[in-house]
Amino acid sequence: MNLTLRVWRQAGPDAPGRFETYEAADISADSSFLEMLDLVNEELIGKGDEPIEFMHDCREGICGTCGMMINGQAHGPQGMTATCQLHMRSFNDGDEIVLEPWRASGFPIIKDLVVDRSAFDRIIEEGGYVTVDTGSAPDANLIQVSKEKADLAMDAAACIGCGACVAACPNGAAQLFTAAKIAHLNVLPQGQPERYERTTNMVEVMEEHFGSCTNMGECEAACPKGISIDFIAQMNRDYLKAKFINRRSA
Amino acid sequence: MTVLDARVPDGPIETLWDNHKFNMKLVNPPNKRKFEVIIVGTGLAGASAAATLGELGYKVKAFTYHDSARRAHSIAAQGGINAAKNYHSDGDSVYRLFYDTVKGGDYRSREANVYRLAQVSNNIIDQCVAQGVPFAREYGGLLDNRSFGGAQVSRTFYARGQTGQQLLLGAYQALSRQVKLGNVELHTNAEMLELVVADGKAVGIITRDLKSGEVSRHSGHAVVLGTGGYSNAFYLSTMAMSSNVTAAWRAHRKGAFFANPSYTQIHPTAIPSSDEFQSKLTLMSESLRNDGRIWVPNDPDETRAARDIPEDERDYYLERKYPTFGNLAPRDISSRAAKVVVDEGRGVGPLKNGVYLDFAEAIDRLGRDAIADKYGNLFDMYERITGENPYDMPMRIYPAPHYTMGGLWVDYHLQTTVPGLFAIGEANFSDHGANRLGASALMQGLADGYFVLPYTIGDYLAPQLGSQPVDTSAKEFEEAEAEVQARTEQFLNIGGTRSVDWFHRELGKILWDYCGMGRNQAGLEKALSEIPALKEEFYSDVRVLGTADGLNSSLEKAGRVADFFELAELMCKDALTREESCGGHFREEHQTDDGEALRDDENFAHITAWEWTGDSGAPNEHREQLTFDHVKLSQRSYK
Repeated sequence: MNLTLRVWRQAGPDAPGRFETYEAADISADSSFLEMLDLVNEELIGKGDEPIEFMHDCREGICGTCGMMINGQAHGPQGMTATCQLHMRSFNDGDEIVLEPWRASGFPIIKDLVVDRSAFDRIIEEGGYVTVDTGSAPDANLIQVSKEKADLAMDAAACIGCGACVAACPNGAAQLFTAAKIAHLNVLPQGQPERYERTTNMVEVMEEHFGSCTNMGECEAACPKGISIDFIAQMNRDYLKAKFINRRSA
Repeated sequence: MTVLDARVPDGPIETLWDNHKFNMKLVNPPNKRKFEVIIVGTGLAGASAAATLGELGYKVKAFTYHDSARRAHSIAAQGGINAAKNYHSDGDSVYRLFYDTVKGGDYRSREANVYRLAQVSNNIIDQCVAQGVPFAREYGGLLDNRSFGGAQVSRTFYARGQTGQQLLLGAYQALSRQVKLGNVELHTNAEMLELVVADGKAVGIITRDLKSGEVSRHSGHAVVLGTGGYSNAFYLSTMAMSSNVTAAWRAHRKGAFFANPSYTQIHPTAIPSSDEFQSKLTLMSESLRNDGRIWVPNDPDETRAARDIPEDERDYYLERKYPTFGNLAPRDISSRAAKVVVDEGRGVGPLKNGVYLDFAEAIDRLGRDAIADKYGNLFDMYERITGENPYDMPMRIYPAPHYTMGGLWVDYHLQTTVPGLFAIGEANFSDHGANRLGASALMQGLADGYFVLPYTIGDYLAPQLGSQPVDTSAKEFEEAEAEVQARTEQFLNIGGTRSVDWFHRELGKILWDYCGMGRNQAGLEKALSEIPALKEEFYSDVRVLGTADGLNSSLEKAGRVADFFELAELMCKDALTREESCGGHFREEHQTDDGEALRDDENFAHITAWEWTGDSGAPNEHREQLTFDHVKLSQRSYK
């Protein structure tokens, strides 16, 4: 198939950006979306033009590196699919495809389609862990976890940290990412001792970097792992509870 | 040739590690913060080591070329992690896990290391559960296990099909805690491009910031590489696109011996490539072999769809050749068997480059819902990639480079031949011999990082108390940085006509054809003449556009592919030197009458460790003799 790409090109963080138009010719419907971009880049290099920089690594939907706005949608048209797992059979011959970097002020542009997502790491550093030094753990089966809770924790822990939730949100909010990590740990017995401190600290750092949530639900729709916005409600409950608990103990 | 001393202590294997922990020198708690340790890589090994050393009080500097420590390729491991817990009372034990691992590695690993690995496997599970890793549970709330990759006991712990992800997030989160506490200084987007050696010791590294292009110097009392494997030398592999050998290779060029580079694991169940421009191969978890049956048509000219081929015209070749293990035969054996039938022209799919993995019988027996429950996410992934529905037609699979057992030679302390330089996880060669068993990579990465290195590095550091790290203005740092700058400029100035990817693809084809699943003298010699020729062309005709002052992925790739060229030569040289077949190294000249790997224990029960001489075509060979006091050497039989 033959396609026309309109791609955001930006030489560096402070350089002005612009859309450039490229033709992608003779693309196989079986190739992946990123392989299509590889081919376009090969042609650009052949012509002496710098290739399009884009984020990618594992190309199997788990590392969370890839991501771009494809025709205005985070990760493109196919639900529950990271950009790297999108295939060209989702498009038609003659389509025009618009490619932009993640849209969010919390993710500044580095170059072309590459953004800086380090604010996510700052959120995790505030409490996205259980305090347990190596070697101090009891036998694993002394900590019993119901299957239901283990499954729920796993649903939340499946987050790949790609940032699609933020990019899809009209407010550039990171509630889904933050809530997923908080829920993963807060539903498990191991996460209880630090539950409320974790929630408060992570939410407050999140708010320093990202916009506010207005319950649009775009994050859930864009999430390649189908993480539920129910976790945001849980986070809000724990955040509110934390206010009372912290006040009582103060 | 020298004979290497692995510094394995004397004594009974069961108490070796405990006694050794007592005998090693300790750094007392307040003195730990006087030591600076550099850790490169934040996968399972690197992140767990950085977190643990930070907790102990060392000053740690951790480096990753990813934009976040959480993105290392450990994250893609699907199946699970082994441990000798024997929670299911099915006869497992530390000794059995040890024995299985040495046997599975085709008797080419060091007994003492493997025994220690099996011992600490249980601590890993305890640690990860305490961190909140959401392992699968039974209804009573206890941990679930499954049997995996041909093991005859259930010792594999798992978190859906995302075990690597969850274990890595556990280690990453522990690391993040240390970053917040100020014990670890984490450098993201920082790629190590050179090792700095002064007075024969590793004293620092040179890195390039991939975002800004800035090159900087970092010094420490010791350097630890947890930088993963080198399967991407093959171009098409299950690795992430940026996985590379550069850190290990730069260390090799500075004196670290490279052991058994020809030991590469070709995983039996990946999706076959669909065209020439395919960029990577996607793994389908080995757990599928628990219910899927592998077959090809009898007739090479078969044109009918899989479902229309009657039973008596199908060859379930694994069940036929290995009636005991059948479709669960170990990875090296299953992969080779697939190659045999495809080479016979009986491959399936448009390019005739795959074999069927068929669930029809399992769906009949267990029902479609039960299969969807177990493998639904994998079936969806398969359909997303191929556009074919595996409930209705069999999957097509083919082996793909997946893991490398070879790596930097390390002794019992995980120290390389350069004092002060340690290698952990897949980056070292140590525990898997010539073939790694399923669910053992995660175990080894975390064993090294959480439970081995934190002890052994203290023994190296303790005598240095009071010494400062070498100043980064020293001439060794200056020279190393100059080498990095010169290499960068060289790539940018070649101004050739072909992309880095083109050269990488060509190199991959040579390696896959001649140093892949089957190797022979003529092929390896051919590869050893073609690789240097292609390398020469690379240095005169590669085109790297742009500049070094900012993000430039072509420049990054150029450095990595340049190192793959030199490594590829060493892989072929090693494969040519090892005149036997063992595990993933199959020399066609050395096979039994029925086509199985034929070891030569008399002449090759050793580790080959190569020394860089300045000429990639003429490395020096060194050996470590392997002795087997506990495991009985036998011809592996899975029939």
